[in-house]
Amino acid sequence: MPAGFSAADFYNILPELVLTGGALLVLIVDVLTARQQRGLLAWVTLGVLVATLLALLPFSDVNTVASRGLLAIDGFAFFFKLVFLLTALVTVLMSSSYIEVEGLRAGEYYFLILCATLGMMFMASGIDLITIFIGLETMAVAFYILAGFLKPNRRSNEAAVKYFLLGAFSLGLLLYGMSILYGLSGTTNVRELATVLASQERNALLIVGLVMVVAGIGFKIAAVPFHMWAPDVYEGAPTPVTAFLSVGSKAASFAMLLRLFMEGLPFLADMWQPMFWVLAVMSMTVGNLAALTQSNIKRMLAYSSIAHAGYLLIGVVANSSRGVTAMMIYLLLYVFMQLGAFAVVVMLRRQDVAGDELKDLSGLYFRYPTAAVAMLFFMLSLGGLPPTAGFMGKFWLFSAAIESGFIWLAVIGVLNSAVSLYYYIRVVVFMWMKEEALGSPIVASPSMAVALTVALAGAVVFGVYPRPLFELAQESAQSIGGVAAAVSALSF
Amino acid sequence: MAEAIVFYGLAALILGFAVLVISTRNTVHSALYLVVNFLLVAMLYVMLGAEFLAAIQVLVYAGGIVVLYLFVVMLVNLKRPPETHQDPRRQTRLGLALASALLAELAAIIVYSATGESAPAATAAAAAGADIAGGNVEQIGMLLYTNYLIPFEVASMLLLVAMIGAIVLAKREL
Repeated sequence: MPAGFSAADFYNILPELVLTGGALLVLIVDVLTARQQRGLLAWVTLGVLVATLLALLPFSDVNTVASRGLLAIDGFAFFFKLVFLLTALVTVLMSSSYIEVEGLRAGEYYFLILCATLGMMFMASGIDLITIFIGLETMAVAFYILAGFLKPNRRSNEAAVKYFLLGAFSLGLLLYGMSILYGLSGTTNVRELATVLASQERNALLIVGLVMVVAGIGFKIAAVPFHMWAPDVYEGAPTPVTAFLSVGSKAASFAMLLRLFMEGLPFLADMWQPMFWVLAVMSMTVGNLAALTQSNIKRMLAYSSIAHAGYLLIGVVANSSRGVTAMMIYLLLYVFMQLGAFAVVVMLRRQDVAGDELKDLSGLYFRYPTAAVAMLFFMLSLGGLPPTAGFMGKFWLFSAAIESGFIWLAVIGVLNSAVSLYYYIRVVVFMWMKEEALGSPIVASPSMAVALTVALAGAVVFGVYPRPLFELAQESAQSIGGVAAAVSALSF
Repeated sequence: MAEAIVFYGLAALILGFAVLVISTRNTVHSALYLVVNFLLVAMLYVMLGAEFLAAIQVLVYAGGIVVLYLFVVMLVNLKRPPETHQDPRRQTRLGLALASALLAELAAIIVYSATGESAPAATAAAAAGADIAGGNVEQIGMLLYTNYLIPFEVASMLLLVAMIGAIVLAKREL
């Protein structure tokens, strides 16, 4: 064992170790099984994810720093790891039938899903710029490949190349910003960064570093004006990958954002709050307005996810413990509603139908009533109508903004939610009021049924009875340092 | 003083060659300019007392990566001049204006902050590295296998992902 390391350091990253071992196991099983038995791989992957989840549970109220100050094992990390694992589980459940229809390579597919999850977990618990960056890179590279997994499909090729080129550029910006922060402070540790930079006189270069980091993260969460990649990549990538990308990658990037800005740069809040204010307003408005005219469901959901990045940024601008709690609640609810919506889109993909156009949903209620009713719930939830989960999430976000004095931000958010209802309801109109679309019958594989049930249960239960979720999020948000100290007097 | 002159000279050369890399039309020339660029960056590392990194920079980047570039240039037919974009949405002028504005801002901030106090951080960073005795290679090894063991191991997973990705995307039939 290396000097300065103890068994505790390895115990603290037990979930990550289980996940890494499991990912390698998937590769080995892939080689050992015959081509006809590849269905087994989905089960192995599910087993790995469940094992990781079990390994994670003992850490629910641990609050410590592991491996020489590179990782924080705290409630915040616990909550986000829970979100990532849940997302990965539902994604794997909805992937198996899709993989069969598209004839994809299952072993590598599941391996990459697991590795992306691993990267996300390191992003959530990293409190050192190096750990955070390596985690981000692991996740990003896995997604670049997953986006291009439909090799014969030109749109998928385009998605992969576009995501790779723009992603590499944005990572460069992020890294440049981080190197400026390091140059000014002499430390890569996020918590030390806060103390060192707070004791220094403000340097103009700090603004450059800050702007670069905001731009880099803005790309990852697909906030306007760094959102150009999202619609094309979401449309071209395999649908379960799009689902995973739009939920997992976004949640992980928000975790990184909160760590960096609330723990590392809290005293600069008067500088980054206005930036995120602008990003939030632009993302909500542009995302919702662009979604209005889309005829492709995946593109529409891409713009809707841009708008949701805007709603979530409201919690960052609020810069309070309540804002963080609201963001965490919203992210978990977003897992259910967004993944659920994508699960229905995945179901529409059959041997003879691409199933990603709005018209493919036509008459869904008469062909598969349960799927249509589920989709109705997901759409209303994404739109934020009571009594669904989305309403609770938005309520908390907006009230956090009002509490911190950003009344206009909340007003713009509410107006945007109203606009967004138009395109969410349009989906419902197609399902109930249009003529049936052609194509083979829609069937749900057992694993798909489980995925839909989980998503629907989450979206319904937490909309009606959100208390346990609220308590968990509130407790987890406690551990993110410096929030209370950073509440600034700035208001618009 | 002499150090400053060498540094600014090197920095100017690095930037000059970087511009040449993207402005020349011949891809082989571009790759060769990149080699020079990498070598100059290696010299920057030497100036900072990081000889091992300088050697790695020469071996991996100037040696390995550029050779890969040249292979790609030779395998892919680039004789045909790239088609000029007819896309009206390209907004080259707007992009140019925004990029110049950014450049002006950066320059202003750098000049402004350079006239202010000198960075105290560099000394702090140097002090942090100095507590590990031994040569350059030894120091890096110690840091990688103790303080930064976890990111180091995660990087191995990252490379595995990249490797498998390259195989999945490039191989026609597995």
